[in-house]
Amino acid sequence: MKLLRLVPEVTKIQFMRWRKISFPLSGAVAIASLALFFMVGLNFGIDFKGGTLLELRSMQGPANLAQVRTTLSGLKLGDVQVQEFGEPEEVLIRIESQEGHEQSSQVVVSKVREALGQNYEFRRTEVVGPRVSGELATKGFLAVAISLVMILFYIWFRFEWQFAAGAIITTFNDIVFTIGFFSLFQLDFSLSSIAAVLTIIGYSLNDTVVVYDRIRENLRRYKKMQLEELLDLSINETLSRTTMTSATTLLALLALYFFGGEVIQSFVLAMIVGVVVGTYSSIFLAAPLLILLGLRTSVFNSNRDDEPKKA
Amino acid sequence: MLYFSRWKIVTIAMVVVGGLLATLPNFFSSATLKSWPDFLPQNQVVLGLDLQGGAYLLYEVDREDYKTQQYRQLVGSVRSALREKPRIGYTGLGVHGDGVQVRIRDAARIEEAQKRLQGLVNPLSGGFGGTPVNEFALTEKEGLLRLTFTDEGLEQRLKGVVAQSIEVIRRRVDELGTTEPSIQQQGADRILVEAPGESDPQRLKNVIGQTAQMTFHLVDDQMSSAQAKTARAPAGTMLVPDVDGQTVYVVEETALLGGEELQDAQASFDQRTNEPVVNFRFNTSGARTFANVTRKNTGRPFAIVLDNTVISAPVISELITGGSGQISGNFTLESANNLAVLLRAGALPAKLNVMEERSVGPGLGQDSIESGKIASLLGGLLVILFMVLAYGSFGAIANTALAVNILLLFGVLTTLQATLTLPGIAGIVLTVGMAVDANVLIFERIREEARSGRSAIGAIDAGYQRALGTILDANITTLIAAVVLFAIGSGPVKGFAVTLMVGLFTTVFSAFTVSRLLISIWVRRRRPSKLPI
Repeated sequence: MKLLRLVPEVTKIQFMRWRKISFPLSGAVAIASLALFFMVGLNFGIDFKGGTLLELRSMQGPANLAQVRTTLSGLKLGDVQVQEFGEPEEVLIRIESQEGHEQSSQVVVSKVREALGQNYEFRRTEVVGPRVSGELATKGFLAVAISLVMILFYIWFRFEWQFAAGAIITTFNDIVFTIGFFSLFQLDFSLSSIAAVLTIIGYSLNDTVVVYDRIRENLRRYKKMQLEELLDLSINETLSRTTMTSATTLLALLALYFFGGEVIQSFVLAMIVGVVVGTYSSIFLAAPLLILLGLRTSVFNSNRDDEPKKA
Repeated sequence: MLYFSRWKIVTIAMVVVGGLLATLPNFFSSATLKSWPDFLPQNQVVLGLDLQGGAYLLYEVDREDYKTQQYRQLVGSVRSALREKPRIGYTGLGVHGDGVQVRIRDAARIEEAQKRLQGLVNPLSGGFGGTPVNEFALTEKEGLLRLTFTDEGLEQRLKGVVAQSIEVIRRRVDELGTTEPSIQQQGADRILVEAPGESDPQRLKNVIGQTAQMTFHLVDDQMSSAQAKTARAPAGTMLVPDVDGQTVYVVEETALLGGEELQDAQASFDQRTNEPVVNFRFNTSGARTFANVTRKNTGRPFAIVLDNTVISAPVISELITGGSGQISGNFTLESANNLAVLLRAGALPAKLNVMEERSVGPGLGQDSIESGKIASLLGGLLVILFMVLAYGSFGAIANTALAVNILLLFGVLTTLQATLTLPGIAGIVLTVGMAVDANVLIFERIREEARSGRSAIGAIDAGYQRALGTILDANITTLIAAVVLFAIGSGPVKGFAVTLMVGLFTTVFSAFTVSRLLISIWVRRRRPSKLPI
């Protein structure tokens, strides 16, 4: 049986040359993402902004969005968004955080229930008070920061500081890109998006670490080889694995995106984007960054050789 | 790397069988499980509220409200302390901002007043390092005495408040009898109520959200309701509105009796008007007080006040010795029932505010399970197919390891009774994708080793050996992210972190034992000279 191969068995692509393109490109995309983030901003969901989210299903036939809108605007609840959700029977309603007391959002739900309860089934209700939403935002930010710092230390401990710095810059690039993607398409940024970002961190690092692992091994093996050449060799050697793993993970994620239901779609979309960017950055950013960070081929020489030598 | 001692094989087999046994109950109905012998595991995986439907309510003790209420009581204690003979003249006693203050008229007696009020500061047991810590701090400035909560005092009180609130909520919910929610403390002053299967939390919120502090006060009939709206209440009385806010009653500040003296309360119908009412009965001491009050005040109206609202203000028509009475106040049968439940279960020590509410109807939960199942099956099938296309018979071995991996993952989740949420299902699908990574790393390494001139067996051996470090590094970095997510996340996100963490462990296990064992068996049978990949 002829086996499927995503890339030829042996490749000799000179990835390091691409850094003249990949660095400015990634830099530009990162700046654009940050600009989007600061100028347009993320479409924060109620988890971080506070407010009310309701998922309704019409009991007879397709939902009448226009009528729902009119009914709700009659209730004077401030900014209200009404949209179809997955199927024509389903409606997603977002109501902004109410002015005044911590409890005022509570009144909103009972008002809407009273107005629409006859014709709609309330499938999901989420009310987040302004205080809790602030805490959730802080916690989410902390989660990302803490895990980055811990991973930094782990890589530093296992490799050299250049690797740790390279991994963090690469990962940071991936996060910034994902945030930019969320800003550009105004996807709902909720608690589960933080989970998605953290998974992207994990995945991107996973990819980067595999490449770095090979670089470290080759540094020990080919002591005389030029750094640029050595990095190219390492990426080419791991290329087949990088693409295979991305492919299987993407297959699983795509199945989840199309069939996993509306509720987790934006969560899965973020991960798909993250896997694609993570793969790109571990090839085109992680390794060439080591040149920029001044890694020297002699770094693993002398008496630190703890791995068995192989000719 | 290809040699397995017998005990290792046995251990691996036992782990796999254990995983299978732990997973098995998930495929049967709970009725079937009851008929199983006791030695078999019967736990099923716990579904999160987002999958089985239910309500999640996060309450917080209203500190300001609690403090104000406590300060009001303190005012009474300060008054009686200063009125004790010999009386100390004072003025301006009341709650001002964060504290109770009073001005002592005679500058010469400030010290004496201070000494008396010092008796109210309630030393807390267990002061730290010798310095006694009090509940209240007493300060004096030019004849103005102030009592305020110390931080430690308030924290200590809140602890008690939260514990007592949990008790009361549990009693109230038990009275309802429909759901079995979990009620837990969160942080210093929060209470989390999770009610599986409760798709409309409104009823639950009605029952939990009301403080239900009931007190009985004499109505001051010197002042009419119309006057009361514009005028200030005379000393020793306070203004309390009725349910519609139309009428304002002037009632004596000191309550005659409180809800804590109640023994029973039941919803019922008034025999004459046939309207829903609540019948109540005091305990022995309450009944005695009630009898006294009714004897002294026959013909005067008194107010039944619930959470700062007058729900009824009947005139005492006769002496009541039996200690029972009736509240009629425009009830529906349901609201009468609710009030009876609240009165029986007792009052909350402080107001609770809803900080966060999430509820999912059973329909959506079922849909989520269905789509989660379809997506994971499809994702799994695609990955399996892809692996066979890419690695042939080695791919089939990797797929077997994958199956064991998923089995173990479910087994561990079931045994730990971890909660499976919708993002958790996404975590499983992601694990499927990443689990394959371990095998891909190994197989690619084997290919490389073979290219560099090793024999088939040598390449397999070296491939496993060299891929180990990489796989560990790669999985530990992901594990770090997952652990942080678990520590900081809540609800569904935590569920995602759990599946991801468990998934990482089972992945490393299945790649390094199951797939390696299968390959070593294959090598021994075939004695290959050429690699199939």
